[in-house]
Amino acid sequence: MTRMITIFVQEFRLARRNLWVLLATGVLTLFALALAFLGAGQGAALKADVLSLTAASLATLSVYLIPLIALLMSYDAFSGEVERGTLALTLATPVRRWELFGAKFLAQTVAAGTAIAISFLLAGAAVVLVYGAAPAGLAAWASLTASSIALGAVFVAVGLTLSAAAGRTALAAAMAIGIWLVLVVLYDLALLGGIMAAGEGVFASHVFPWLVLANPADAFRLYNLAALDAAPVAGIDGLARTLPFPPYAALGALALWLAGALALGIHRTKRIVL
Amino acid sequence: MTDTVLDISALTLSFGSLRALDDVTLRIAAGERLALLGHNGAGKSTLFKAVLGFLHPDAGRISVAGHAPGSDAARVAINYLPETVSFPRSLTGREVLGYFSGLRGAPRAAIADLLERVGLAQAADRAVGTYSKGMRQRLGLAQALIGAPRLLLLDEPTSGLDPISRHDLYSVIAEAAGRGSAVLLSAHGLEEVENRTDRVAIMFRGRLRAEGTLEELARRAALPATIRVTAAEGAADRLHAELGGQRINGARLEIDCTPETKLALLARLTAHADLLRDIDLANPGLAEIYRHFSKHMDQEDRT
Ligand SMILES: Nc1ncnc2c1ncn2[C@@H]1O[C@H](COP(=O)(O)OP(=O)(O)OP(=O)(O)O)[C@@H](O)[C@H]1O
Ligand SMILES: [Mg+2]
Repeated sequence: MTRMITIFVQEFRLARRNLWVLLATGVLTLFALALAFLGAGQGAALKADVLSLTAASLATLSVYLIPLIALLMSYDAFSGEVERGTLALTLATPVRRWELFGAKFLAQTVAAGTAIAISFLLAGAAVVLVYGAAPAGLAAWASLTASSIALGAVFVAVGLTLSAAAGRTALAAAMAIGIWLVLVVLYDLALLGGIMAAGEGVFASHVFPWLVLANPADAFRLYNLAALDAAPVAGIDGLARTLPFPPYAALGALALWLAGALALGIHRTKRIVL
Repeated sequence: MTDTVLDISALTLSFGSLRALDDVTLRIAAGERLALLGHNGAGKSTLFKAVLGFLHPDAGRISVAGHAPGSDAARVAINYLPETVSFPRSLTGREVLGYFSGLRGAPRAAIADLLERVGLAQAADRAVGTYSKGMRQRLGLAQALIGAPRLLLLDEPTSGLDPISRHDLYSVIAEAAGRGSAVLLSAHGLEEVENRTDRVAIMFRGRLRAEGTLEELARRAALPATIRVTAAEGAADRLHAELGGQRINGARLEIDCTPETKLALLARLTAHADLLRDIDLANPGLAEIYRHFSKHMDQEDRT
């Protein structure tokens, strides 16, 4: 336990000193504020709750930003230590490899989570101050914040796993970019293409929703948009209206991804050869 | 009765078809310092990694204070300094030591003393990124002194250090040995470890070629001394005919002799004092001894 705390403290300190927390907080706050106040005119015109509306657009943006931030924080965690030689030193002590992986995961998740919580809290407070708040809006904002932290945790675990698997920084960086492109950008495009080609039918009603659920980024978006009654949803997001499962299932998908990434990551960490 | 801390017997380890370690047997007792010498790629770092339990041998046994490599007891017993390590640049020296103290369950109260011992007390709270190469090496050494290691594994601890830092480093190592740690360190030259370790082992292509004190190695090598003679004007040809040896140029002659025949040869030379201008006697140096154990045996092997 002391060993995990020791690693946690050091990793968190590094994340802070490397300015990751600060940078992530700044970027997220800026984007959240921009969405809130640039989109606000439309919200006021629609007489909709500005907070709910902003939560919807922020969810769509967070799908891109949060995985990127989490991957950038974590991709070098093992490969960098292999290259610098510090991993050999760490593993020469009685520490267990799963403890190392677990403590790094916790520290970086807390770092990413802190950035998300602070920036969403700031932006949310600003919106409430200017436009006031409805209970539904507050609830949407809270679940957006919580699920964003969960999404961050999933991608921290994914980043750590590929860092342990790659063993070299350059390769880990390439893998991180690749996985971001595939899970966040390309998967979505492929689904969109699929549904347009297939039209209304068995694919659209029975296969497609599960495919959305199978990707952590899409599951996150689905969860947040399905929870928002007031939000205008279109395209893929329109799916949230006709789900064969409750929106909470999307959280289950995130949990499964997290568990899978953690298990694979610990397995890969055990196989790092020094 | 000596207390053996590291006991390696008949260790063989391969990377694919490459035999990185071949039948290596080595023992180090508590308080003893042993220098492991060998050319680049001889297998020194590989031996360290096997002792740490990072690499698994094909055959042979390693015991660290009676425990298997990689077991908790062995990991607690060993402190390690790898040949290349760079600590995170944004951490301070004190934080780096705090981290490894935490992992080893050693008291943090001892950190100030460790920093003092390696001469880093002044720089303790500066970021490692601002350290010079020598300071980083000292920090690595301080890290290796955390707790009370029974076995210190130091892989090229002096690479890149100036002679004074090198001297300091060996005195810190001597202190640690004085407190009862067994020390295994690797280096590239005999000159460097002369009088600084108790024994020397020389590796060549994964094999242990020789092992013992420097004096023992010198005796075993039995290398010839070289006598260089400068002849008086016009006397070089006569001298060459009388004494043999090799002509270097018009006036100089080089004669090899074993330790036993050295005195007799000198006596013969003085008998020809009128033909001589100068005599120069060169005993085999440490570099020659090292080369002897790294090359000659290889040729013997092939014949
Ligand atoms: N992971 C590895 N995979 C394959 N071959 C390896 C590996 N590590 C070392 N070797 C090979 O094993 C041999 C011994 O390497 P080692 O690093 O032990 O040498 P060394 O004595 O420490 O050399 P140096 O003085 O250069 O540090 C070399 O031929 C090296 O190429
Ligand atoms: Mg080496």
